[in-house]
Amino acid sequence: MAPTGAGKTLAGFLPSLVALAERGTQKLKPAGLHTLYVSPLKALAVDIARNLDAPIAEMGLPVRVETRTGDTPAHKRTRQISRPPDILLTTPEQLALLIAHREAAEFFSGLRCVVLDELHALVTSKRGDLLALALARLHRLSPGLAAIGLSATVREPDELRKYLVPQGPLPFPPSAGAPPTLHDETADTVVGPGVGPLSRAGEGEERELTEPDSTATPGADVPDPETPRPSPQPSPARERGQVAPPMADLVTVAGGAKADLRMLDLGRALPISGHTAWHSMPAIYELIKEHRTTLVFVNTRLQAEYTFQELWRLNEDALPIAIHHGSLDAQQRRRVEAAMAAGQLRAIVCTATLDLGIDWGDVDLVVNVGAPKGASRIMQRIGRANHRMDEPSKAYLVPGNRFEMLECQAALDAVEEAAQDTPDARQGALDVLAQHVLGMACADAFDPVDLYDEIVSAVPYAGLTWEAFEQVVDYVATGGYALRAYERFAKILRGPDGLWRVRDARTAQAYRMNVGTIVEAARVRVRLGRTLRGKPGTVLPKSGRVLGEIEDEFAETLTVGDTFLFAGETLRFEGLAEDECLVTRAPPGTDPAIPSYAGAKFPLSTFLAARVRALIADPFAWDRLPKQIGEYLVQQRRRSVLPGERDLLVETFPRGKRYYLTAFPFEGRLAHQTLGMLLTRRLERDGLRPLGFAANDYGIAIWTTRDVSERAARDPDFIGDLFAVDMLGDDLEAWLDESAMMKRTFRQCAVIAGLIERHHPGQKKSGRQVTISTDLIYDVLRKHQPDHLLLRAARQDAATGLLDVRRLGMMLERIQGRIIHRSLDRVSPLSVSVMLEIGRERVYGEGADEILAEAEAELLQEALS
Amino acid sequence: MAAGLRLEKTHKHPTLMLAGETLVLDLCGGLWLPEHRTLIVSDLHLEKGSSYAARSGQFLPPYDTRETLACLHEAVARHEPARVVALGDSFHDARGPERMEPGDRALVAALQEGRDWVWIAGNHDAAVNEGVGGRYADALTLGGLVLRHEPSPEPVPGEIAGHLHPCGKVAMRGRAVRRRCFVTDGTRLVMPAFGAYAGGLNVRDKAIEGLFPKGFTAHLLGDGRVFAIGRAQLARD
Repeated sequence: MAPTGAGKTLAGFLPSLVALAERGTQKLKPAGLHTLYVSPLKALAVDIARNLDAPIAEMGLPVRVETRTGDTPAHKRTRQISRPPDILLTTPEQLALLIAHREAAEFFSGLRCVVLDELHALVTSKRGDLLALALARLHRLSPGLAAIGLSATVREPDELRKYLVPQGPLPFPPSAGAPPTLHDETADTVVGPGVGPLSRAGEGEERELTEPDSTATPGADVPDPETPRPSPQPSPARERGQVAPPMADLVTVAGGAKADLRMLDLGRALPISGHTAWHSMPAIYELIKEHRTTLVFVNTRLQAEYTFQELWRLNEDALPIAIHHGSLDAQQRRRVEAAMAAGQLRAIVCTATLDLGIDWGDVDLVVNVGAPKGASRIMQRIGRANHRMDEPSKAYLVPGNRFEMLECQAALDAVEEAAQDTPDARQGALDVLAQHVLGMACADAFDPVDLYDEIVSAVPYAGLTWEAFEQVVDYVATGGYALRAYERFAKILRGPDGLWRVRDARTAQAYRMNVGTIVEAARVRVRLGRTLRGKPGTVLPKSGRVLGEIEDEFAETLTVGDTFLFAGETLRFEGLAEDECLVTRAPPGTDPAIPSYAGAKFPLSTFLAARVRALIADPFAWDRLPKQIGEYLVQQRRRSVLPGERDLLVETFPRGKRYYLTAFPFEGRLAHQTLGMLLTRRLERDGLRPLGFAANDYGIAIWTTRDVSERAARDPDFIGDLFAVDMLGDDLEAWLDESAMMKRTFRQCAVIAGLIERHHPGQKKSGRQVTISTDLIYDVLRKHQPDHLLLRAARQDAATGLLDVRRLGMMLERIQGRIIHRSLDRVSPLSVSVMLEIGRERVYGEGADEILAEAEAELLQEALS
Repeated sequence: MAAGLRLEKTHKHPTLMLAGETLVLDLCGGLWLPEHRTLIVSDLHLEKGSSYAARSGQFLPPYDTRETLACLHEAVARHEPARVVALGDSFHDARGPERMEPGDRALVAALQEGRDWVWIAGNHDAAVNEGVGGRYADALTLGGLVLRHEPSPEPVPGEIAGHLHPCGKVAMRGRAVRRRCFVTDGTRLVMPAFGAYAGGLNVRDKAIEGLFPKGFTAHLLGDGRVFAIGRAQLARD
């Protein structure tokens, strides 16, 4: 575990380079894959390969380094299997494909070392589950394998340490004639420079390195993975009882120069709402002018578009400023990356696509526009500047509104204390497991008991029961339906020898086409059309170039003539043609009419939220805040009240012809949307006639036609009952079943688990078709088999993902007996912030029928006029 | 007004006139002809789920047939028709009837009990559906109405057809609602698909819009009732 810039990636390779240098001289030893490196980003793997090539060439080492990504041509892939390189750099998805290969056992038999980079970023997702399963297989194929995880500083590294080491005994390698020689899981959670002798796994020794010692020869003392030493065999997790689980050793590199981090203070009032930070653009432009290369991070693609546009509007010096986000055309992204590496750019406006540790050029300033959302995220981003440990990284946080100022201050405090968000331990997803089980059948016939032991040795699946595993196997074989309709079409079959085998080559091919856990939102290409000069309004399709892709969901809501920002331009929507979104350039000076959602994609982290609440609750801390936000909080205290650190403030007040209820749980937008949905159901039942609600990261606003204040005055328990924990019972179940977000979650599970194929071999299925059919499938399945594996997988996702039910539950527990209700005669300063979200965000309170009724009314009006 | 008096939603199942005949647009997606005591349902696509399993190894939940028949059962119980017309594409493919579960087969037989049951030929099930009872026809005439699977290219007054699986989309304030619908211009009518797994085609697509050169109204199946939506309010996909 080491701060960004400590050089941990190269340190991770040193033991391998030492071993390979020695192996290179022994001509008789058969060469094979020695070290595998796995990175979350394809670009990172390619980047590391570049960085490894130089020292290898300088030292004249006989070491071959290659990458294997989705872009690797087929002939090279084939050659890599027959003649493996010494070091292979790849991604979790490509690793999944490799271990499902028929030659996998042979290919990995000599593997000595696996390096997992940016482990902290990987383990929090389904990709982390997929990687954990692959790692378990690697441990089994190559007993004695050393697993090294590289991570940025996290508060509780034990989850990462367990992740690297098998949590129970592993069966013999499949198809292996002889038992494995030794069980030696030499594993390190991350290596910093100047590593001393390492202890073995299971003992879980910790060591702190306060000063990077540049005189030590890194790697010299690292145990040679070629000569595994005996180690105590870890006892089975299930029999161990209270004994601590096996963990990898931990090497911590402390220190690093303190970041030079500030909040950009314009000395003027910020708006109460909005995320664009338009007021700060001139100041950001000045910062760009003063520095060599600036990375401007934003939270969403649309925010990137806006910021890029605004900076160019100010760009009188015509500085080379570029934009980089995941929706842009791949070629365009590559061009930006190359220009940055060559030092040709002064600034890049980018999203999370550049979050992780890629070294492109000489960045001396990072600007983060909008809310930081999490302490770890902001540290990672700051670390992009001066990617060297001994120089301070220089960064500015730019709040978009007053609340974001609070969040920025909380993040500054967190960085000052080097405190980080802790990733929660994950319960391995069932859909990912289903994909893996099919993959293992593709590799070779499997014995279910052996495969089970292998799977539960991976920490995310350590709690998997045998029954649950059997259900997954049944799902893979025939869909796992109570109605045994598909026995004769089974994808995997159990032979008389008790082993499961894949049905045929076509099934294996389908597996390969569907591998991975990243289900892209359905997207449509954006193509620039040409307007006919002679016939205004006529657009020629297929005439212009492709600008990139937008989410289908966004395209769905556009109507002809709408203008929106994309690829740095204001575009006019001309319609959809053959699954392409056809646009023209809007005339100069046109303001984009579609208020693209500019809020943060990532919800506010629990950790940072607690800090924001503490900041508000402590007037003595306000001195550290910009003056105007202090004044704002004083106003709130005067007009209503400021909640204590663990309290929930609820305000009710009339406005116009409606009545409002606002609440400030600070639990992130996703949890608040779920809360809003459930509260509206309750208010409906209580006869208060809610009309809709809006949510942001800090709170929610619900509006009703009946007076909530009046009801609360009559019934003192009313507000407390409204927020009672039991709302997570039947109401939640009932709503979940109908929720569009639940359907989206189900679709992702269905794709990952292979119920729906991403691509048919030889034919591409459009995302739109998938969306329609999974909604229908969802409705039928929940009616006829509500406990089906995929529905359970979707509910498990909903608990932590899009609906953040778990966090909502924790909040409801926290606020029991701590609700502060204020009936006000008008809106308070705090409530204004969330009221301004109304109309800007989608209103989830509205049912489909209300929308249809409104459209119907328009027809009636036409008929009557 | 007296307390407790509730207004009935009169157009939960709205009524239309076509070629002098009364049509009730049932919220389930079926069409009820009270004067002929006839219920029409189109594009059941029975055994679509198992068809995917057989052809492409995708194991969709095998409950679509049961679900479709359950909806049909509800509509039959509500109207007690003397005649049921399945307007073509009743099975997703020609081998659908033989893949049908015995339980589902029994459900069909129970539905057919005591009434005239007509399978109109569709493009998915052009051949006779073996072993599932009922009688077969390419088309059927009822009073001023002509019932056939595929709509004729030229306007035929009183024609009721299916085949196109019309869906209407309403986009408003950043939300889009997409529902199955009946489409009519007062002369002819296209029915929504009834099957649980049947997809939909936007009514603004050429294939549907082209049938109604003078414009049309789409009757969208909402959650609680049927909504009449004008062409101007219907978005393209």
